[in-house]
Amino acid sequence: MTRVAAFSCPNCGASITLQAAGWSVTVACATCGSVLDALDPNLRVLQEHALRVPIKPRIPLGTRGTIEGRAYDVIGCQSVTIVVDGIDYSWMEYVCFNPYHGFVYLSEYNGHWNVIEKLRRRTTEWAGGNSPVRLGDRTYRHFQSAHARTSFALGEFPWELRVGDMVNVRDFTSPPYLLSAEGTDQEVTWSRGRYTSPKQMAAMFKLPALDRAPEGVFANQPNPHLGAARRVGRMWRWLMLGWVAMLLATMLFTAKSEVLTSRQQFRRGVVEGNAVVLGPFELTGRPSNVRVHLQSEVSNDWLWFGLALIDEATGQARDFSAQTSYYFGTDSDGNWSEGSQKDDVTLSAVPAGRYLLRVGPEGEATGAQQIGYEVRVERDVPSYDFFWLAALALLVPVGLTWWPVIGFENRRWMESDHEGVVLSFPPEEPDA
Amino acid sequence: MTTPTTPRAACPSCGAPISFRWAQAVQTTCDFCKAVLVRRDLDLEKVGQQADFPATASPVQLGMQGRWGNRTFTVVGRLTYEWARGRWNEWYLRVSDGSGAWLSDAQLEYAITTEMAPGRPLPDPSTLRVGDTVQTDRHRFMVTSITQAQYLGTEGELPFATADRSLCWFVDLLSPDGTFATLDGSETPPLLFSGDYVTWDEMAPVGAREFDGW
Repeated sequence: MTRVAAFSCPNCGASITLQAAGWSVTVACATCGSVLDALDPNLRVLQEHALRVPIKPRIPLGTRGTIEGRAYDVIGCQSVTIVVDGIDYSWMEYVCFNPYHGFVYLSEYNGHWNVIEKLRRRTTEWAGGNSPVRLGDRTYRHFQSAHARTSFALGEFPWELRVGDMVNVRDFTSPPYLLSAEGTDQEVTWSRGRYTSPKQMAAMFKLPALDRAPEGVFANQPNPHLGAARRVGRMWRWLMLGWVAMLLATMLFTAKSEVLTSRQQFRRGVVEGNAVVLGPFELTGRPSNVRVHLQSEVSNDWLWFGLALIDEATGQARDFSAQTSYYFGTDSDGNWSEGSQKDDVTLSAVPAGRYLLRVGPEGEATGAQQIGYEVRVERDVPSYDFFWLAALALLVPVGLTWWPVIGFENRRWMESDHEGVVLSFPPEEPDA
Repeated sequence: MTTPTTPRAACPSCGAPISFRWAQAVQTTCDFCKAVLVRRDLDLEKVGQQADFPATASPVQLGMQGRWGNRTFTVVGRLTYEWARGRWNEWYLRVSDGSGAWLSDAQLEYAITTEMAPGRPLPDPSTLRVGDTVQTDRHRFMVTSITQAQYLGTEGELPFATADRSLCWFVDLLSPDGTFATLDGSETPPLLFSGDYVTWDEMAPVGAREFDGW
């Protein structure tokens, strides 16, 4: 037997050349569409089928291409159709043959290409149904199940094919790979497709026309935004590490020292003499902030404090104020409270020197006769406002780069049986 | 590598010289008259006549040499099987460590196997179904496919004399760790062959068949 064998179609008489004679099981005549027994020396007709609407495959039969560095001839193609919500969706599958390496398959749907190998020799871990499938070090998530029908066939197939054949197909995705199970839970043939870009396909088959932008997002199409998002994510981790380092440095190296603590009494009704001047106290080091804390024992009452930080040497004063105001009670909604017994004020860039603090409390005309309060002065208090702002600013590029990733995943899963599936993070990284 | 040995012998049918590639071969087929010859001591006895060597599209051929792991092999014989939807070959290999093995080429997917002792009784292949479990002392296999086939003819040298052409069962098995095995129902009890799937490139074949244009 020569490997390439010439026959004529017993139905229409057109010449038929078997490229994989000895391995092909069925052949569909390119002229009349009859399905013939490729194992029979007379090419017995298995199925007469007039080509009602001849489909011109985008890769013509007989085209030689290069798949993973090996030459293959395209020897057959079939159109496979599924019906979803009453709408037909068809894709094309191609049979590729090399007399030493055997068979490899291609599929194309709306410009999305996959190079497919049969997995007869690989063990998949699968609990059946829509549960995830484990193969090698990847987990594949169920994408879609369908009854697929061979709606058109042309050329040679290494299995018994009839136009109209129905098969159950389950697809599981882990981009750039797609696992497909054909058959029932009990008897399943697995194959694995690898997403291949139109540009790669055009180069592999030397058909520039294949390099056409695909429509929509395909089940195992690698997320094109993922690379940038992961790079930003990695950078973000470093920046956050820097952020934490700066935060720690601020906490460790700011001198934060208490320079004054004083307990005082506010006496109601005393017009003069409630004001006190505290200090002097020493502020040292570089010009830095000073924080004044006030805590009073107000209870359903308020106290306002007129404050001044006075440079003892020059007499220059920085005026500021604070207020403690605390109310509470019970109403139909239960207990309530409002305000606080504490307040603080931060003065920035106070140079070193000797200082006095003037405290002038003022209150309501009536109320408790005496209210105790405490004044604390701290020097060089770390300020964390910058850190919260920086953390928010750092999150902006993360959000900007992950947003398109999520959008792409949503469009992918909209085509699946699991619309609205929440994206599991991190999506698996495409192989290099 | 097996050293070709050439005990002087002549075909009892046509007188053509018969040379063996492998000293322990039991059966061979005369290249000229297709007589199937079985060695009885020093003599060759014609036990049958083959119409023609069964045609094959396999790239493997007699005399081809290749690698199997860290061993090398030479193809010395062929047994061709036919089933409802095609044919495949089991090529008999003489391996560099002195053993024999089989290379199958069904669907151009290659597997090299050797006979294994199952360590426990094997089920009757005709009772198995796809998905069933077959337990040996070392593996828990799952049935992946079942084929009924008969041998169509032979070529070259084989370690046994072929005679029976009845249909028998072949059951392919796969274990969770990827070990591959075949249950061969041509004998009772069935034989268990186990081994490795190999790719064409892994075999690094020398002296393979050449195809025009490839």
